[in-house]
Amino acid sequence: MSRKLFLAWLQLSRERARLLVALAGIAFAVVLMFMQLGFQAALYESATRIHQSLNADAVLIHPRSRALISMNNFSRRRLYQALSVQGVDAVIPMYVGLGTWKSSESQRDRAILVLGIDPTKISLHIPEINQYRDRIKLEDIAILDRVSRPEFQPFVREVARGEVVKPEVNNRRIKVVGLFTVGSSFGSDALLITSDVSFLRLFKSREPGEINVGLIKVKPDVNIPNIVVNLKKMLPQDVNVLTHDEFVEFEKNYWSKNTAIGFVFTLGTIMGFIVGSVIVYQVLYTNVSDHLAEYATLKAMGYRDKYLLRMVFQEALILAALGYIPGFAVSLGLYDLTKKATSLPTAMDFSRGLWVLALTILMCFISGAIAVRKLRAADPADIF
Amino acid sequence: MSQPPIVIIQHLNYYFGEGGLKRQILFDINLEIYPGEILIMMGPSGSGKTTLLTLIGGLRSLQEGSLKVFDRELRGASKEQLVEIRRNIGYIFQAHNLLRFLTAWENVQTALELHPDVAVEDYRTKAESMLKTVGLEQRIDYYPENLSGGQKQKVAIARALVSHPKLVLADEPTAALDSKSGRDVVGLMQQLAREQGCSILVVTHDNRILDIADRLIHMEDGQLALNSSISDPEA
Repeated sequence: MSRKLFLAWLQLSRERARLLVALAGIAFAVVLMFMQLGFQAALYESATRIHQSLNADAVLIHPRSRALISMNNFSRRRLYQALSVQGVDAVIPMYVGLGTWKSSESQRDRAILVLGIDPTKISLHIPEINQYRDRIKLEDIAILDRVSRPEFQPFVREVARGEVVKPEVNNRRIKVVGLFTVGSSFGSDALLITSDVSFLRLFKSREPGEINVGLIKVKPDVNIPNIVVNLKKMLPQDVNVLTHDEFVEFEKNYWSKNTAIGFVFTLGTIMGFIVGSVIVYQVLYTNVSDHLAEYATLKAMGYRDKYLLRMVFQEALILAALGYIPGFAVSLGLYDLTKKATSLPTAMDFSRGLWVLALTILMCFISGAIAVRKLRAADPADIF
Repeated sequence: MSQPPIVIIQHLNYYFGEGGLKRQILFDINLEIYPGEILIMMGPSGSGKTTLLTLIGGLRSLQEGSLKVFDRELRGASKEQLVEIRRNIGYIFQAHNLLRFLTAWENVQTALELHPDVAVEDYRTKAESMLKTVGLEQRIDYYPENLSGGQKQKVAIARALVSHPKLVLADEPTAALDSKSGRDVVGLMQQLAREQGCSILVVTHDNRILDIADRLIHMEDGQLALNSSISDPEA
């Protein structure tokens, strides 16, 4: 068998130990980037779980609301006004508030997010919640998110056994009779759902006419963006009209822009990128300087600079590809581990896989571009 | 020598450095190399031998005078033209300069890949038969680190000659070798030059190998001593 020599691979593979160290380094950088981006996505995912399962095509909120844990009140009348817009089918009001959870078993107070929903209507596309709609019609009855912080797990276990937990929420004794699964958010320790009536008993300063989220359903086969435009025209400036997707974005936006969390994860990703770049640069630079006389020999024989440049970039690409594969595999394992340990919904998705692959290739190319400057030192006239 | 020379050097001057540090290395060099001849250039270190060799090999740019290799003027030649000329020259270095990450036959193949007229499917066989010619058929798959100095230099010779260049430039090819290996290596160079009809210019200090030369020239202080010949070897 006879074919052209793949010099880039032959050079890299000749020194196994160095290659393995390099690949381990790149894999490490890949894992670092995957974990940072994964945490970030998981945060956004868990912070918008409720938003995503809302039974709404459009949403009304107060213009100064910032996130689900910081919602201003607006008049319920605005929501009923929306009914007059052609194509709007139904509206459902929703109350949101941050409360404190006290119980004899836990000494410390815990901040919990409380949703007050109309039990006669479907507010959330979560079957577990909807099966309790009849039971929460009774006063002071609530259901608790199974995937709340670990401090709530004793209560979750009790409820799961069929017992009724009776904590004090905002100094009012309530009964937790059921569980559902939404997933933890960074903003609160737990999520509790009650009827709108019970909610107003827990939050005594709140008026029934002052709601936090207005859910709008449109008739089938109606163009949602058009309706949103009409709603915006018709309603005064004291409410914002968002599509369902915009409401999800609104929450993501809060976490990415208004808190340091998005910044921290971006910084973490950049760190991974830099660590990887330095490792690849080290490997390529050492390879070039160790073989400088050999590169010069190739030049003397009549190989063009272009050929040698290509060789270094091929090495960069090989390192990127071979380092990415174990990095990807380890990240899958760590996502799984994180999911089990923290109930954060960390999971691989295709676009992130592609994005990190692109970053890895870019990282190797940048390092390659810096390392090839050393190639100029390979002067064929000097090797005689 | 009835055939026209393959290298013609006329009034060549060469300088190192710039401005006040400018120093002349080669003075009015005139030299012709004829097809098939083995020319040995001797002279003390620093006399400019290697500089002349690298000029002929197209590894440095010409400054003054004329230098024609294979009928092509190197003065003012573009980088691309120099690369073309280099591809038709075989190089043998003092420190073999084999690629450490390639086996013997792979090293030889690097020279073949520069020649589009050699078919890809012939690379392996040509490389192996060349190694057989230099007596290394048992070492085809060896890496340089597992070869002796003489064997490495033989691989380098195989690499230089596998594509049948018309000119081979050798710089101190025996300097790193013991006397027996040195003899073997130059004997091989001589034999292959005869078989392929190529010219060889050898720069050396090594008195033991002068007998292979058809012609001997001396370089001293950047000037070629004229009328040197095999009949008056330096002791």
